[in-house]
Amino acid sequence: METVKVMVDGVQVEVPKGSTILDAAKIAGIDIPTLCFLKGINEIGACRICLVEVEGTRALQASCVYPVSDGMVVRTNTPAVREARRVNLELILSNHDRKCLTCVRNQNCELQDLAERFHVKDIRFEGESIHYPVDDLSPSIVRDANKCILCRRCVAVCASQGVGVIGPVDRGFRTIIEPIFNRSINNVPCINCGQCILACPVGAIREKDDVEKVWTALQDPNLHVVVQTAPAVRVALGEEFGMEMGTRVTGKMAAALRRLGFDKVFDTNFSADLTIMEEGTELLGRIKNGGKLPLITSCSPGWIKFCEQFYPDFLDNISTCKSPQQMLGALLKSYYVEKNGLDPAKVFVVSVMPCTAKKFEAQRPELSSTGYPDVDVVLTTRELGRMIKEAGLDFPNLPDEEFDPTLGESTGAAVIFGATGGVMEAALRTVAEIVTGKPLDDIEIKAVRGIEGVKEAEIQLGDLLVRAAVAHGTGNAKALLEKVKSGEKEYHFIEVMACPGGCVTGGGQPIVKAKKRMDRDPREVRAAAIYDEDRDKPLRKSHENPEVKKLYEEYLQEPNSHKAHELLHTHYVARQKY
Amino acid sequence: MELYRSHVLVCEGTGCHCSGSADVIQKLKEELEKHQLENEIKIVSTGCFGLCEIGPIVIVYPEGAFYSGVKSDDVPEIVSEHLLKGRIVKRLLYHDHVTEAGIAKSLDEVEFYKKQMRVTLRNCGVINPEKIEEYIAFDGYRALGKVLTEMTPVEVVEIMKASGLRGRGGAGFPTGRKWEFAHNAPGDKKYVCCNADEGDPGAFMDRSILEGDPHSVLEAMAIAGYAIGADQGYIYVRAEYPIAVKRLTIAVAQARNLGLLGKNIFSTGFNFDIELRLGAGAFVCGEETALMSSIEGSRGEPRPRPPFPALKGVFGKPTLLNNVETYANIPQIILKGPEWFASIGTEKSKGTKVFALGGKINNTGLVEIAMGTTLREIVYDIGGGIPGGKKFKAAQTGGPSGGCISAENLDMPIDYDSLTEIGSMMGSGGLIVMDEDNCMVDIARFFLEFTVDESCGKCPPCRIGTKRMLEILERITQGKGKEGDLENLETLAKNIKASALCGLGQTAPNPVLSTLRYFRDEYNAHVYDKKCPAGVCHALLQYTIVKDLCTGCTLCARECPVGAISGERKQPFTIDQDKCIKCGVCFEKCRFNAIEKK
Repeated sequence: METVKVMVDGVQVEVPKGSTILDAAKIAGIDIPTLCFLKGINEIGACRICLVEVEGTRALQASCVYPVSDGMVVRTNTPAVREARRVNLELILSNHDRKCLTCVRNQNCELQDLAERFHVKDIRFEGESIHYPVDDLSPSIVRDANKCILCRRCVAVCASQGVGVIGPVDRGFRTIIEPIFNRSINNVPCINCGQCILACPVGAIREKDDVEKVWTALQDPNLHVVVQTAPAVRVALGEEFGMEMGTRVTGKMAAALRRLGFDKVFDTNFSADLTIMEEGTELLGRIKNGGKLPLITSCSPGWIKFCEQFYPDFLDNISTCKSPQQMLGALLKSYYVEKNGLDPAKVFVVSVMPCTAKKFEAQRPELSSTGYPDVDVVLTTRELGRMIKEAGLDFPNLPDEEFDPTLGESTGAAVIFGATGGVMEAALRTVAEIVTGKPLDDIEIKAVRGIEGVKEAEIQLGDLLVRAAVAHGTGNAKALLEKVKSGEKEYHFIEVMACPGGCVTGGGQPIVKAKKRMDRDPREVRAAAIYDEDRDKPLRKSHENPEVKKLYEEYLQEPNSHKAHELLHTHYVARQKY
Repeated sequence: MELYRSHVLVCEGTGCHCSGSADVIQKLKEELEKHQLENEIKIVSTGCFGLCEIGPIVIVYPEGAFYSGVKSDDVPEIVSEHLLKGRIVKRLLYHDHVTEAGIAKSLDEVEFYKKQMRVTLRNCGVINPEKIEEYIAFDGYRALGKVLTEMTPVEVVEIMKASGLRGRGGAGFPTGRKWEFAHNAPGDKKYVCCNADEGDPGAFMDRSILEGDPHSVLEAMAIAGYAIGADQGYIYVRAEYPIAVKRLTIAVAQARNLGLLGKNIFSTGFNFDIELRLGAGAFVCGEETALMSSIEGSRGEPRPRPPFPALKGVFGKPTLLNNVETYANIPQIILKGPEWFASIGTEKSKGTKVFALGGKINNTGLVEIAMGTTLREIVYDIGGGIPGGKKFKAAQTGGPSGGCISAENLDMPIDYDSLTEIGSMMGSGGLIVMDEDNCMVDIARFFLEFTVDESCGKCPPCRIGTKRMLEILERITQGKGKEGDLENLETLAKNIKASALCGLGQTAPNPVLSTLRYFRDEYNAHVYDKKCPAGVCHALLQYTIVKDLCTGCTLCARECPVGAISGERKQPFTIDQDKCIKCGVCFEKCRFNAIEKK
């Protein structure tokens, strides 16, 4: 690798050619402050916080985007640099709604960190601020322009998702990030993926908070309140309590939920296994009967809305399976109530998801096959964290508890749904055995793991060579679909997750600050925990799940049966973009 | 070819167009037909002559009679007297154009033109910009021919370097070096762009060149394309320049028709074509990276450099960007040689510069002078001095990015470096003259208001910092200035200059810094004494009635919109200061100079 020598504050470092000053300074042991910079996504040098002096240039330079060259001399801690950074920070603060105490990002705010780092005690340049109404019309995402510092990280991530529904409008001091024509985010083709929330350094974008609805339900003596938790929540929830990224807290989470007052604690992993049964059968059926191929997964509600809006031609390719959240909800209001003699009207289903799009999904009118909504309230991982904190539970020290039986058992194949490639891997584990009658030699299909944007695998199953592809992030999905559309690529089965990295880094997960993301990629760290969870499971193939088997025996008969279709499948419609 | 005994040149630049030159041309046509002169006398629509304020301008050759302020009602007289009977209509001649003996002078003798040197404006007001043949008749496209048939691209770059030409868009970067970077940049696809997004308040030289001599820009761009290895050019021109856009469109079509643009130009195998891109009126799009972003169809916002456009410009390809006036020099440099060009001007600033003269000056308009001409020559000789014999206070150059030249520097030779040294800049060449009645704090506020409005909003120092500066200035001019304001202004100015993302932001504080440097007393008077010495800032003024001069005519009391003036008829009146809104109506209406404003 070609390298260059750079002098940073008197320290000579040798760094790869093409590095930025920010990279070089880090190697020199200097942490240059940043704000708008989000590696790989937003590299625009806009916020002017990371300014440094570069010998031979006139003005101060943004170190996050300035490429190093051989012999470059950089100074990061001169009076001019310190003052410029501080003035710029004070200016940003002067136009920021500084109600930190009541902000959802209090103590998890990158602007607050900077104010503390620069020891800002007084803002010299106070002046006018424009007051904007808060946009809370979306079931998933709330946008508060009063807190926005115009770093554009949300804009960049939305564009990289291939959605691009927010951008800078007007100019100068009146610049605002918003959808076209002053519309609400609910009135444009936003897919509710919530990646903008994860990108936002401050509290300008947040999830629609549904915590109060859950507290109210829990207080209601007439309601039987049950909860389900998605695979990815268990490898991230601990971060809300200061635990290391990637800590597995499955048992503590079950314990916490029980202590919060839920009558039963179930696991969405159960219905993930069930999804494999339904979707695997659907795939084999389509291959055998000349049905529409490639089959595309349907677990990710962000992806579903993306497809309905931008690729309606592919709607027939999407599996008719409901997402695991909705499947479990539908079973809770049918199988479960029947089995326990409960009134479905009085069963309240809460799900804890790594996802903001799930809030939108739960409101879809077609997802209420029992006559009641499959799911009543969706909480994100972050919201559950807040409930646990409010209840005063000492989360890190809770005992490990199990999920409740009937709809709580799951296999390792289910938990890997939480990482990109997981649904594909789980499906192949089962499909292989159905087709060939014997298990795969190695059930860990590494080709579909990892954070490469589009991954491909070919698996020989007897006479059948299954061509599979995995895309995560709708931007990557878009690129993949274009290739399928043009005929450049042909597949039997495609997994799409709306969020880059899959559900582990879904829009409802704990927010990792940009600086930390540069050191530890949560997509990889949390996925590693997911795969550990899989490895530790005694059963690792969905069709081996005893409770799923029992469900088919007692209730559904067989995968894709009439009853299964009634409860576990759905349909899609093309949506107008505007 | 038809021969005419007389040519009537009518300016159809934007200035004269607005004062009615289209009507004049229409009337001329009618009158010539009426007198059956249409085959003897030719009407030529031209570009700008420079004296825009006194338009429409009509010049009749061979006599060289320079008529100003011509209305269509004047046309019959010009036709019947001058064109039919050969008697110049003296009452319509430009005032400085007539000798004491009442004879029309040669244009070179007119003060306005005497000290000018028209290189980039050479064809403006001379040829019909909508006829490529007229451009060709004035050596048009000869430079391109010479370059394509006699020179290598490297030789062209060397000529540019030897000429010493610097960018006329503002920063004054050596053009030859820019061409060299773009020439050396690796890439099979490159672009040549022309910045015609002129936006400084009051500056309109680029518009005049495009309106008066569009082919000079097209020819220069083709030369640049050959020099750097590009086959595509874009002209980014503001949509608010409809005449320029129209003439450029015509020019491009004509050049394509004659094979001067397009494939295999002059049968040399060189291909080059040009497209127009219309800007929607954002000042920041004059900044090179924002301009390119806008050409690509994105929001016009600057991006950090490096990478510089020479390496990564339009659509990520090596791109050369020069402004209109820079290009307009190039055919002349090729034809007359770099030595000729380098012989004009000062040591580090070669050639000429066009200035748009405005403000408190007698001859408002466009002037082209050799670099190194003093401000005194521009204001007093070419500009004809300040109206009403008022005292020169300062000249503002460089628009919102520039600063003020105070009276002490009137005799300084003007070039890039001298202007930068005194805290101003060449900018695109707006030159606004101010006299004793101008408040420098108010001037700074005006320019800052412009930048605040035009900031793209991408970086905080420009987006919020200039706004905070403006708020402070507004406070000061409203009499609410307080201790610490000037210091905060300076802190903000210094840091915005050092830390803004692009040239627009980095130079935005200049008007404040330069007025603070030369006119700090005026700031102090506003902040600490709550006075506006120039009598401009309304909130700081007090209108009083001078008892000795007041006749008690009651006019002021009747005109006062808030009833603040009262008194007995034929006795001195008084103004109730609590009621007075300082609108100044009494001051304007009083026939006895009995109202005092201070």
